[in-house]
Amino acid sequence: MINIFEVNETNKMIQQENLDVRTITLGISLLDCVDSDLAKLNEKIYDKITALAQNLVGTGQEIEREYGIPIVNKRISVTPISLVGAGACRTPEDYVTLAQTLDRAAQQVGVNFIGGYSALVSKGMTAGDELLIRSIPQALAQTECVCSSVNVGSTKCGIDMDAVRLLGDVILQTAELTKERDSLGCAKLVVFCNAPDDNPFMAGAFHGVTEADAVINVGVSGPGVVKRALEKVRGKGFEELCETIKKTAFKVTRVGQLVAQEASQRLGIPFGIIDLSLAPTPAVGDSVADILCEIGLEYAGAPGTTAALALLNDQVKKGGVMASSYVGGLSGAFIPVSEDQGMIDSVTAGALTLEKLEAMTCVCSVGLDMIAVPGDTPATTLSGIIADEMAIGMVNQKTTAVRLIPVIGKTVGENVEFGGLLGHAPIMPVNRFSCAEFVNRKGRIPAPIHSFKN
Amino acid sequence: MKKTIITVVGKDTVGIIAKVCTFLAENNVNILDISQTIVDGFFNMMMVADTSASTREFGELSAQLKALGEEIGVVILCQHEDIFNMMHRL
Repeated sequence: MINIFEVNETNKMIQQENLDVRTITLGISLLDCVDSDLAKLNEKIYDKITALAQNLVGTGQEIEREYGIPIVNKRISVTPISLVGAGACRTPEDYVTLAQTLDRAAQQVGVNFIGGYSALVSKGMTAGDELLIRSIPQALAQTECVCSSVNVGSTKCGIDMDAVRLLGDVILQTAELTKERDSLGCAKLVVFCNAPDDNPFMAGAFHGVTEADAVINVGVSGPGVVKRALEKVRGKGFEELCETIKKTAFKVTRVGQLVAQEASQRLGIPFGIIDLSLAPTPAVGDSVADILCEIGLEYAGAPGTTAALALLNDQVKKGGVMASSYVGGLSGAFIPVSEDQGMIDSVTAGALTLEKLEAMTCVCSVGLDMIAVPGDTPATTLSGIIADEMAIGMVNQKTTAVRLIPVIGKTVGENVEFGGLLGHAPIMPVNRFSCAEFVNRKGRIPAPIHSFKN
Repeated sequence: MKKTIITVVGKDTVGIIAKVCTFLAENNVNILDISQTIVDGFFNMMMVADTSASTREFGELSAQLKALGEEIGVVILCQHEDIFNMMHRL
């Protein structure tokens, strides 16, 4: 039987070390809502989401109460809207009505974000894909809870540089349309390479076309728990360091598995995957950068950071994989800047640059995340940064992503405040040399040689 | 039967166990096991209980125990045992 010390350990993790389940995300397929009449399509989407998700928030709260574990977010992801709307939408404005319907449905069921205002264009854009991408600035400016993502590359297909170029403009327009709120719209837009179909984390969540009609995915967290556990092995060898991370990741993931099973059973919706991520928040003691410091760095960004992060990411996966029957999504350590107080401190201290962050994305789970850059950064430069990050994902057969926020009217040395879980960030300098001629070439970058495995 | 783990943590004082047990008896909660220890001068108690015969719904029971804890000056938590079994048992 369980003993008092084990019970205290669990409760200490929850109460003092910010252990939580970061999100229960209900994935919903909208493929059966497809209609050539825009009004009917909107109606069907609203009805399906509000019917399937009506008990999501209540069930989440019930589980929180019974197990005493906070479930921070309850969210919804849907089929990429470019596919759902292609038959009915003739203009970007038509697509914006779908975003408004998603927003309305999300608010009706009480979730805080709905993801899937997305297009998958790793090899090329259909007319519908392009209309959706062009509608993103308006859609994000006119809605509260809608999150958007575009997959522009994959190891199998290469990188669609036409989409990369277009997205440079789209990010700047989104920044411009939401400049009254420090260009917040860009915090809800992610550009991916090798995007997973079952990621529960925002802003990049969508319900892939390979998925069932509805599915429950759960994202766990717990950087604070790992940091505290590592305090006990200061000065010890790598073996003990790795064992400690693994054991902690196992415990954290088990809680996620329990919550996923319960949510799935109570909602009568199949369980999909657990995403084993160390997802930080701006709260003190909930930082991935602090773990890197505990491993032995003065600041995240110091020499050794990439190696320490590679070790951390790998051990989190090794510990977590055994704790759950199905693992998927992004699974690894997230390194957003504005959402992690330790990362913000590193940037402010001058220890962490955009280039070092790019190197770190080679070994962590995602990419350049929640980075504020000057508002006068040219669109081609944004596209160049995206292209670099996509290339890392394509060649290394991993997911990479870019979520940059060019803050209109602000520049290096200033701060930007997004509020809540999105946090705040110092604006980081960007390399000022041009890549316009490279970005303006038409077409796509071919798939790398090691993608030909058949 | 899903067992419930009730933990009480706080500054030691007279009558903590009596008050918690009285509350549980009044609400028809059966106590299966109690362990208690003092860690760094703090009172730590864990009870394994069966709430299935209780007249109150779990959430309500948990909220009232929390309120009772605030009254005595300790923290009382009430959780299904699965969360501990999942984390500490293979």
